[in-house]
Amino acid sequence: MRYSGLKVLAEGLRGGAGWRPFWRKAAPAAEYDAIVIGGGGHGLATAYYLAREHGLARVAVLEKGWVGSGNVGRNTTIVRATYMMPGNQEFYSTSLKMWESLAQDLNFNLMYSPRGLLMLFHSDGQRDAFARRGNAMLIQGDDAQLLDREALRALVPYLDYDQARFPVQGALLHPRGGTVRHDAVAWAYARAADARGVDIIENCEVTGFDLADGRISGVQTTRGAIRAGRVGMAVAGRSGELAGRAGFRLPVESHVLQAFVTEGLKPFVHHVISFGMGHFYISQSDKGGLVFGGDIDFYPSYAQRGNLPMAEHVMEAAMTLMPAIGRARVLRNWGGIMDMTPDGSPIIDRSPIEGLFLNTGWNYGGFKAIPASGLAFAHLIATGAPHPIAARFRLDRFNTGALIDEEGTGATHHLH
Amino acid sequence: MTGIDRAQPITFRFDGRTVQGFAGDTVASALLRAGQRLMARSFKYHRPRGVLSLGSEEPSALVTLGQGAAQTPNQRATMVELYDGLEVFSQNAWPSLAFDVQGVNDLAAPFLGAGFYYKTFMWPRRAWFRLYEPIIRRAAGLGALSGKADRGTDEKAFSFCDLLVIGAGPAGLMAALTAARAGADVILADEGAAMGGRLLYEAEAVAGKPAAEWVAEVLEELAGWPNVRLLPRTTVTGQYDHGTFAAVERLAGPPAPDRPRECFWRIAAAQSVLATGAIERLIAFPGNDRPGVMLAGAVRGYLHRYGVQAGRRVVLFANNDDAHRTARDLAAAGAEVVAVDPRADAVAQGDYALRAGAEVVATRGRTALRRVALRDGAGRVEWLEADCLAVSGGWNPNTQLACHLGAKPVWNEVVGGFVMAPDAVSDMAFAGAVMGACSTRDALAAGIAAGAKAARALGLAPVPPDPPEAEAEAGALQLLWQVAAPGRAFVDLANDVTVKDLVLAAAEGMGAPEHAKRYTTQGMAPDQGRGSNSTALAVLADATARALADAGTTTARPPFVPVSISAMGAGGAGKGFAPVRLPPAHQAALDHGAVMIEAGPWLRASHFLRAGEAGWAEACAREVGHVRGAVGVADVSTLSRFDIQGPDAAQFLTRICTNTINSLQPGQLRYSLLLREDGHLMEDGPVARLAAEHFWLFTSSGSEPAMRRHLELAAQGYWPDLRVRIFEATEAWAQFAIAGPRARDLLAGVLDALPELAFMRAARVGMGGAEGWLLRLSYSGELGYELALPARYGDAAFRALIRAAEALGGGAYGLEAMNVLRIEKGFLTHAEIDGRATADDLGLGRMLRASGGFIGADLATRPALVAPGRKQLVGLTPVSVGATLAAGGHLFVPGAPLDPENDLGHVTSACQSPTLGHAQALALLRDGRARLGETLRLWDGLRGTDQLVKVTAPTAYDTEGGRARG
Amino acid sequence: MRLICPNCGPRDRREFSWIGAASLLDRPAPGGDFVAWLHLRDNPAGPLEELWLHEAGCGALLRASRDTRTHALAPLTLAGGAR
Repeated sequence: MRYSGLKVLAEGLRGGAGWRPFWRKAAPAAEYDAIVIGGGGHGLATAYYLAREHGLARVAVLEKGWVGSGNVGRNTTIVRATYMMPGNQEFYSTSLKMWESLAQDLNFNLMYSPRGLLMLFHSDGQRDAFARRGNAMLIQGDDAQLLDREALRALVPYLDYDQARFPVQGALLHPRGGTVRHDAVAWAYARAADARGVDIIENCEVTGFDLADGRISGVQTTRGAIRAGRVGMAVAGRSGELAGRAGFRLPVESHVLQAFVTEGLKPFVHHVISFGMGHFYISQSDKGGLVFGGDIDFYPSYAQRGNLPMAEHVMEAAMTLMPAIGRARVLRNWGGIMDMTPDGSPIIDRSPIEGLFLNTGWNYGGFKAIPASGLAFAHLIATGAPHPIAARFRLDRFNTGALIDEEGTGATHHLH
Repeated sequence: MTGIDRAQPITFRFDGRTVQGFAGDTVASALLRAGQRLMARSFKYHRPRGVLSLGSEEPSALVTLGQGAAQTPNQRATMVELYDGLEVFSQNAWPSLAFDVQGVNDLAAPFLGAGFYYKTFMWPRRAWFRLYEPIIRRAAGLGALSGKADRGTDEKAFSFCDLLVIGAGPAGLMAALTAARAGADVILADEGAAMGGRLLYEAEAVAGKPAAEWVAEVLEELAGWPNVRLLPRTTVTGQYDHGTFAAVERLAGPPAPDRPRECFWRIAAAQSVLATGAIERLIAFPGNDRPGVMLAGAVRGYLHRYGVQAGRRVVLFANNDDAHRTARDLAAAGAEVVAVDPRADAVAQGDYALRAGAEVVATRGRTALRRVALRDGAGRVEWLEADCLAVSGGWNPNTQLACHLGAKPVWNEVVGGFVMAPDAVSDMAFAGAVMGACSTRDALAAGIAAGAKAARALGLAPVPPDPPEAEAEAGALQLLWQVAAPGRAFVDLANDVTVKDLVLAAAEGMGAPEHAKRYTTQGMAPDQGRGSNSTALAVLADATARALADAGTTTARPPFVPVSISAMGAGGAGKGFAPVRLPPAHQAALDHGAVMIEAGPWLRASHFLRAGEAGWAEACAREVGHVRGAVGVADVSTLSRFDIQGPDAAQFLTRICTNTINSLQPGQLRYSLLLREDGHLMEDGPVARLAAEHFWLFTSSGSEPAMRRHLELAAQGYWPDLRVRIFEATEAWAQFAIAGPRARDLLAGVLDALPELAFMRAARVGMGGAEGWLLRLSYSGELGYELALPARYGDAAFRALIRAAEALGGGAYGLEAMNVLRIEKGFLTHAEIDGRATADDLGLGRMLRASGGFIGADLATRPALVAPGRKQLVGLTPVSVGATLAAGGHLFVPGAPLDPENDLGHVTSACQSPTLGHAQALALLRDGRARLGETLRLWDGLRGTDQLVKVTAPTAYDTEGGRARG
Repeated sequence: MRLICPNCGPRDRREFSWIGAASLLDRPAPGGDFVAWLHLRDNPAGPLEELWLHEAGCGALLRASRDTRTHALAPLTLAGGAR
């Protein structure tokens, strides 16, 4: 079924009787060409590109809960290509380009909104660091502008330019950065993958791996054993747990990151604003809620919820930067499980087990990576070789030292 | 006995119109009394809405309070207490509440079903952002922010107790009383302006007296206990780990500058009792959202507590006995009442007409309810004139706070709602409706039991009292979620979600509760679906042919009610966000013309402006000249200083630093490097051995937290056998750099005695009798010293040093000059030590001792850390005479494509060097040391510059270093 | 979140810094497998042995056993033994 304005009108006239499920409620078959574990953004995108780019006929996505129950529906919906390290640059640049036409590609309105991302700076040193980054973005072919204080004030007059604890000196503007409706990404990929024959199997938790002589031959699940010679893991914060079931350890710690949304308000914040000194970033959803977040809680957690100290810190950052939102009220607060790596960059690579592939380590930047990650991971699973845009996302880079440390914080997982 | 005082009239304004209420009124009760039924427009369809409830769960009657900076949107009219001069505005309507042009959305409703926007607005590709999204954004949202900074005051507080009782209805009051009598330290919090919960809204008696009278007596006793704190107007908003709760207290009355509006509480409680009661729910029938459709218990409550009769011709539509009290009480108050009850065996409880076995199937009335259609068991439809339709579909227990840590409520068929199992949450007892005790008597008894349980858990010996005499009937109920009839039946009034939307979600495979929530937005509105979740689950269960008990629930998230950012972020506004660290000579610097800038957590002098100087550049050039030509003094107290002592301190530092500290003699300094465990350079700075077992370690300004974790993990974690203690001593000392050819002359004049001090030596000195240390080191490349004195002498010392410097033709210098001086010398800051650089990258590879054994030694030798092609520190000078340089530009071989492959590196620091007479920069350049003398292209597209530069050694001035050692 | 410090008693989480998994205490001798020690983690969804520094309190490095699914936490102990 193709979605369009005409279709919406037609269904409106006949009471919506023609709408069909986004995807089939598939039951597991005995065997697949490839299995993707994890029905989140990365897993579903991978399955879609396995079918579309590589023509794999029998692909399954195994999701332990419901589609989109993890970080794809828990993030702050920001997409951007603001990286400066080789490895990240081309990858995120590709991903942003894919976002620009993904709604048309998947025939599902993902509401990509290139409203512009503003990264504030507060000192000469930070300005210089952003200048370096902005130039790297330009060299990569993406867009960036350095705004001084007055140019920034013209765009966002409501920041506290006079009294904020860290006076705002200007910003790096990334015009194509913006937001995407997060849940819709999972649904759209699921629907598009399903249309290409992918089985999306919900309530199906992988409990073990069938391994022999260092090779994988299938998985054990809560819905029975399923055979496959190629299995990809795209389970974000749950990567360590699954790797443990396969008998190896990963350079990943799972930390909780909180996010917040306010009651609906008339349009007020028209950009995505990132306040590095306060670990605070904010945008406003199309429904009118201010969506914002801060830093991780700084202790590993699988609870998908946070605690007060970081929540309060985020509100305090909001108050010092933009006291004009003080009267808005937070309606809901939740947490996601972040797969933090020692250098803050992801891993798309083979695992120590032949036929088992890894897609993990997205830290708190996984949402914007979804299209490129799916493309690259599908390529790896299908061909056994890394996709050129993800060639540096190697598991062994901690042995070799070929790190991709965007923030330069070093091998402390929770500091990225 | 109502809760209002008719002797105290209060005047306020609603949309500019003057309305009168009384002390004790809410905006909703006063508007209702004044006959203002239309209070709001709905979120999506802009349908006219009135008030539904009388509590914080109100989904419809959201209003904006105040104007200008104090403008506060989305306030529940049911919770706002009146005060004289209060300004209330309707919201989400234009041009007026009565006539809202966006009401046209309602006509297009057939096309605007759940998720319609996912299926359209896709062509052309850019139209979403350019055309559709702006329209949708403007239509969405509720109230508006003023755009002005909120400078109002809120505050935060911590509190601690043995027992937190949440909710002061019958259950909560008895729980608090029982525990208080046993000696527990109790906090009783309730979101109402008055405590008593449902008892304030009913006509029934407790202990043989009017309920409100009994409540007053209990509160009097509680207030008399020194171990009890009562927090009315305080909503507990979240449960967090280990007995931590968040709560928001609203302070009543008009805003006043000397008083906070709200207080955000963090309450640490050893035990808690959840007694938050239940809220009534609607039935989903067509037209169930018109102004005048209200919850039955709210209609009763407005009558008893506020003396407001919500209608003269009232229809009750209810599936339970409890709600018939509304018909009874309204009829007794003189209203004409017809009760419609789907139960064929329903019995009237008073003087009103009853249509048993019937359902409401439609309503009429655009901005106020006028008629109600009911359908009897035989399918006959009858229209009744009505100005109020009181509805009850049963009650939803307020279990949300119990679920914030992950517990799930369970379906209870008898209650007709989701309740908590007794031990679902550790250290939390449940009382009243949340655990299924719904009659007043059961709630009182459950409160006693919960209070006693909590007291026993605290090691106390409670004596549970007998429950007071009270009504024992919970009110029989026959589940009725939705009425099958044509037309739009709303489930979630706050987000305009209908039965049809949920059925569509199920048809599109989005029928799992969490999918349906995200797809239809049911439960995502300001009330988080408190009123509508169970109905939505029932509709979905029906549509997907599942049992409600098996359908699962969505996850309740904090906060229980929305919390203003200004309250939860109280204290963060302006400079309150983070402490401002001031060096001890801050005032002295200001008195000498210092212009201060933020440097991490510190305020430091950027430069010292003298009369006649145009700006920082001129001052900076002069200050550099002082140091290079005479003598300059600078405040360097902000450097992080760790005082490290113990018999094994030298051994400890030898493992921390890359060079050997063991061999350092007392009175000796050594420039040292610290690596991270991953082999990258973390910090550089001097180590001073003050005595055999006493060291100072200096690292960069603001690095204390990270350094302390690094050092303490090593000392206490890696090597607990080493006898060493670490003290963070930054703020105990003032420290000043004295640099320049005449530094010695200056010191000879100010110190009690100037010791002979070789380069990298330290000695005790005195200045005006104050005891301190003199360190011979240089960060400027000149003959240099640093003088350390106890912090309390910092101000006086700096003034004396500046005077002495000026007398010698020099003066104070600030960060700008410091930066120029160090760039001229190729010295490092964190622009170069950027967390990715190795010691060797920065030309310091020789400082890593070959024998290893220091932190970072092992991983520093990983292949990629020592391979060719790494970026190495170099200097840059412009090729064009007079050209300037800025940090952040990237380097290319001239003619090479501007792409990441050919990107050779970037400028880390740059300055205009008055000493050299041209711009000078430092850069990290791929294989930089092999490129000395090359000409490269420096491209800074961001700033629009593109020029050629020459690669030089990092040190551009006094390359032999003779000046510092002289 | 409240942590029970062996020196100071129950204190708010704000007084503490999370340092890392307790496996950090098993630092290899020079020449050992630093790559695995520094980077790889068990990362359990369940009981985790970990280190906290009572930074705004007594300064002790503390060892905790905390369930990462529920945050259930026993009283902490001194990581370096009694010092």
